[in-house]
Amino acid sequence: MITLESVRRRAEADAKTYGYYLHPDQTFLNDLLEGLRKNEERYGYPSCPCRVASGNLELDRDIICPCDYRDPDVAEFGTCYCALFMRKDLFEGKTPILPVPERRPKWKQDRAYAVKPETQPEKPMETAKAVSSEPTKVKKKLWYCKQCGYVVFREDPPYICPICKAKREMFEEIPIPELPKG
Amino acid sequence: MDKVKVSGKKNKHRVLMYALSTCAWCKMTKQFLRDNEVEFEYVDVDLANEKDHEEIRKHIESKGGSPSYPTIIVDDKKVITGFRKDVIKEALEI
Repeated sequence: MITLESVRRRAEADAKTYGYYLHPDQTFLNDLLEGLRKNEERYGYPSCPCRVASGNLELDRDIICPCDYRDPDVAEFGTCYCALFMRKDLFEGKTPILPVPERRPKWKQDRAYAVKPETQPEKPMETAKAVSSEPTKVKKKLWYCKQCGYVVFREDPPYICPICKAKREMFEEIPIPELPKG
Repeated sequence: MDKVKVSGKKNKHRVLMYALSTCAWCKMTKQFLRDNEVEFEYVDVDLANEKDHEEIRKHIESKGGSPSYPTIIVDDKKVITGFRKDVIKEALEI
């Protein structure tokens, strides 16, 4: 059982670590935390309450809270996409809290809508399932931060290095030699 | 697709809202429409089935919007992405 309290504690701890503040309106904040709790319960991970999740971990990895887009969004707009995390000036009411445009690439958003449009009309469920399993193949790569050496095995490098805060441009792929099959 | 209908005095425009049941902005938008007595229908996309998902995405994109939530479609023409109060007020003449 995932409790609202545990979701809240995790968000508070994360905000503290990264120097962010949680949404000052307690009702709004509770709605977000409850959304995270519900997503964790139904998907097994706390994906962003304000985005459509596919339910497939590999496809949703970038929108698991705190999402990949949080740091660049807070830097540019003052809050993350759902407004759970924000900068001090917004928290204190000195800057208004406004909706943030979606930074997540369109092709990643589209993968959450499992069935492809061209195969959609009136197909039996089995065919639809077969098609929907196709986009779940995510090609993961090894990336390292040239500034601090942090290594990550994911589809894309992070926008900002979680260790040294270097920008995405500082990440370089580490080529993985292909192993002979069999 | 199951739509939830919310009755209101202001029914000059046909208002359809695509939302997420977990999204605080969506909840705020629903409340805003209720507070302004706007009649509207909504679909919680995360609770809809896969077939409806695709239909919703196609519907939003056919009107020139992008599938992020809340999305409000006014009179099956104008798309408003996000809880942008002023834009909603202007489009719904409230």
